[in-house]
Order: sequence, then C-alpha cells, then structure tokens
Amino acid sequence: MRISDRVVRFVLKPVVFLASLSPAAWLVWAGLTGNLSANPLSDLTNETGVWTLRFLCATLAITPLRRLTGWNPLIKFRRMAGLFAFFYGTLHFLTYVIADRFAGLDFPNGIVAWTTVRNLAKSVGEDIYKRPYITVGFTAWTTMVPLTATSTAGMIRRLGGKQWNQLHRLVYATGCLGVLHYWWLVKADIRRPLTYGAVVAALLAFRLIKRTGVGIRGAVSRLAWRRTTVE
Amino acid sequence: MLIKKPADIKSSEITDKKLYVNRREFIQAATGTAVAAAATGVLGSEALLRASTPAPHGRKLEGIKKSTFSSDEKLNKWEDITTYNNYYEFGTDKDEPSMLARNFKTTPWTVTVDGECAKKGPMNLEDVLKGKTLEERIYRHRCVERWSMIIPWIGFPLSDFIKQCEPTSKAKFVEFTTLGDSKQMPGLRSPVLRWPYVEGLRMDEAMHPLTILVAGLYGEVLPNQDGAPLRLAVPWKYGFKHIKSIVKVRFVEKQPLNTWQDQAANEYGFYANVNPAVDHPRWSQATERRIGEFLMRKTLMFNGYGDQVASLYSGMDLRRNY
Repeated sequence: MRISDRVVRFVLKPVVFLASLSPAAWLVWAGLTGNLSANPLSDLTNETGVWTLRFLCATLAITPLRRLTGWNPLIKFRRMAGLFAFFYGTLHFLTYVIADRFAGLDFPNGIVAWTTVRNLAKSVGEDIYKRPYITVGFTAWTTMVPLTATSTAGMIRRLGGKQWNQLHRLVYATGCLGVLHYWWLVKADIRRPLTYGAVVAALLAFRLIKRTGVGIRGAVSRLAWRRTTVE
Repeated sequence: MLIKKPADIKSSEITDKKLYVNRREFIQAATGTAVAAAATGVLGSEALLRASTPAPHGRKLEGIKKSTFSSDEKLNKWEDITTYNNYYEFGTDKDEPSMLARNFKTTPWTVTVDGECAKKGPMNLEDVLKGKTLEERIYRHRCVERWSMIIPWIGFPLSDFIKQCEPTSKAKFVEFTTLGDSKQMPGLRSPVLRWPYVEGLRMDEAMHPLTILVAGLYGEVLPNQDGAPLRLAVPWKYGFKHIKSIVKVRFVEKQPLNTWQDQAANEYGFYANVNPAVDHPRWSQATERRIGEFLMRKTLMFNGYGDQVASLYSGMDLRRNY
C-alpha cells in the first residue's frame, strides 16, 4: 500500500485526531444534555477509564500491526495514540478526584477555603494508599507522565534513540497496571477486564516472541520480514 | 494364529479429513472469531452507546394506604428508578435490565412455599396478594456500590405473608430464590454469579414491620426491571438483599448462603446492614451519592432506620457480621 506522506500528514492524521477526540466530545455533550445514565458522574469516570485502556491497546498494537502488515506509516500514529491514552487517563484521574473525592468532603469553612484544598489532598492521598485498585490505577497514570514529557522530537534527540526506547518500554507496565486496576474494581463480571487483559497480553507476547525467538517466532518474523521487504 | 496389532493411533485422535483438508480456513475462522470476540469486547459499546429506556407506565394499583414508615425526602424520578438497575439476570450494566427485561413474563406467576412450615406448596401471585393491604412505603434505598435513591415502593409487610405460611418453631431463617429462566433472562447465560439468585433473612428481620414484599412503584404495578412481580425491600440493608422476582420462599433452620456471600464472602456478608463504619474492602461506606446530586451524603447507620432495627442486633459484633 503506497500512501504519500502528504496524505498521511494532512488527511489521515487530522481524521484520526478528531476521531480520537470524539469520545470526549460525546461525553461532554451527553453529560450536558442529560444523555448519560441516572448516575452521570459514575459514567464519566468509567468511560474515561475504558477509553484510556482502549488507547493504551491501540498504542501497543501499532508495532505488531506494522510488522504484520508491513505498512510503515503506522508508526506516525503511535505518539498520537499514546498521548490520547494520557489525555483520557488524566480525565479519568480528574473525574475521580472531583466526583469521588472532592464531592465526598466535608466543608467546615465553606467550599472556597484552604481547608478544602488540604482535605482534598488528604482524601486523595489516603485513598491511593489504602485501596489497592486505586494504588494500581494511580501508578499506571504516573507511568504515563514521563512518557508524555519525553514525547517530543526534541526530547527524543536529547535522550538518544536507545535510551528513549528503553524509557518508553514503561508503557508495557502502564498496560498491565491498567488492566489490573480494571480487574480489581469490578464486582463480579470480569469479562471486560479479561478481554483487555487478553489483548494486552497478546500484544506483549508478540514482543516477547520477537525478542526471545521461541517457537512460532521464526514463522511470524519471517512472514513479517518478507512483507516489509516486498513492499 | 492371527495376532492383531493394535492401531498406533486411536481413531478418535485422527483429525477429520475434512478439517485437515480445510485446515487453513479452519485456522482463519478460529482466528477470525477470536479477533472478532476481542474487538467486540474492547470496542463494543458499553453502556453509553445504547439508549436505556424508562419503563412504560403500568396498571394503577387500587386502595393504597399511606404509611408512617415513609420518608419525606425528595423522591427519585421514575426514570432514575427504572433505568439504573442492578439486576444481573438481565445483564450486569445498569441500563441493561431496562432494555432486556421489557418482554419478561410476570403472569402467570407462582411462588412456591417450602421448608419448615405448615402451608407448603405453590401459590398463585393473586393468592399471595389476596387480603393484603397495599401500602406506599417511601424508603431510602442504599446500594453497596455507594449510590442511593428515595423510592416510593408499594407493598405489604412480609410478616403478613409469613404468618399465612405458618412456619414451625424450627424455622429460624427465610430463604428466597429468584426465577432462573435462561430463556427469558439473558444474564443467566454467563456464569457471573451462581444462579439462581438466593437471599435470606433471619426470622426476626423477616417479621420486622419495615420489611416488605413489593408489588408496585409510584402507585403502579412494579416494572420488570425493578423485580416484578414480587420483590423484597429491607431498607436498613444494602440493595443486594432486596431480592427480585421471587419464585420460592423456604423456611430453614440454618442460615442460608446468599448469592453475593457465595461470590465473595470477604466483601459481602449475610447481614449486609448499611453501616458507615464498616468499609467494603475496596471502598469506604461512609458516604454515598444520592442519585441526582453532586455532593455526597453521609451514610447513616442502618440507613437511618436505627431507631426501629438496632435492637435486632444488640450484642452482635457488626464488624464481623457485615
């Protein structure tokens, strides 16, 4: 498949960007027009969380897809997918802080007061410390911070390709922690966390197979190699 | 003499020739199915892309009495109460029951009475309701998931029904069972919980005047997604004790194993009394979100019904008997 750089840059990328933004836009619209459930705050928290996982899966899928299809321009979408994972992850964290922590505070001196800030920090901190699934979720979000900070071309240059690559393997941890966080919070129906777990596991297994060279590795990488060179 | 040599490979282990010849398609199909399944799970619409629909209005119930047990708090809307339901038999998403219970058949309905009592056997729903005075009971409803609603149930004291069954002195607990019809209840097709759903009450809890069997909502016949035609309301306990679509009532000597305790005994107990001081292992129960509000409310001991029910548990360690 031959698609010129110009098409990727001026057509595909803007389209993918807008498409990636659409879940957030939809949530805002649905929230304002009363199109969420009877518990809209819980919907906002759940949906931003699920979209974080989806974008993490997309980020992790780029390299395997690129290898399997041989369509190299895919790499140009990896940063965007990763940044959207951070975007939705941050929205998720903020909804939690506001709808779950802030809304549960006492306001002895009114809402606009220093005690509010202090109590909020204490409430978030204690929850992260006390509840394992929150600890894991918060850690997952934290791992995305250095990745986002080093996502610019300038940072790649400054770090050097090798170190940059090494640092960005941290996203594997983000994926695993994200799935674990989802797994630990559901009440009984683990089918969805299980699905995300399977997807993340498959995407990580692809890398493991490539690296360690066991079993099917030969077949998969030869196939991939042939496709990439034939192009 | 003919000595038979055993076959090297059992015929059952030989791959079907058709499958062998078409192995590529087979692998493709299998991979395709797996990918499709993963894609539906990951990208498939969750909650949001589906439009939940409030229950259609049902038949008005006649001769409803007001009750002094009613709360005077602001009622939650019909829309809230009929689109935000935990009714896993119709799906684990809150809006699924409102869509998937639409054609649920509640007539005819039979409740079977069994166990340590004199009047055993099947009973028509009409006979269960016969001679009972329906009351409007506006109760606080607190879910174990930290949300709450104010709901105008229509029902009658469970004790009226129990007396009719003439339990023996051996009856120490009442066990309730929900219908388990996988043809009508799509949720039963996944082993999310051990079906059918079971709940139980201690005899004194069951006989308490606050405990009611519910047959209606907002003056109308109970909508399917809320547990039609007959469900339980025990307002000082978490929502999961309020068993829905009851088909069996059994009087027993030993404490029943309720479904959520069976699912996760460290998180859900038998008593499940609303208690702000005893956290769920994964979240605090000190506050709750009233549906329709932004700031959370403080959760009240026994959901605010302490004056009436605290004496049932005097001397009991409620931290252990959660």
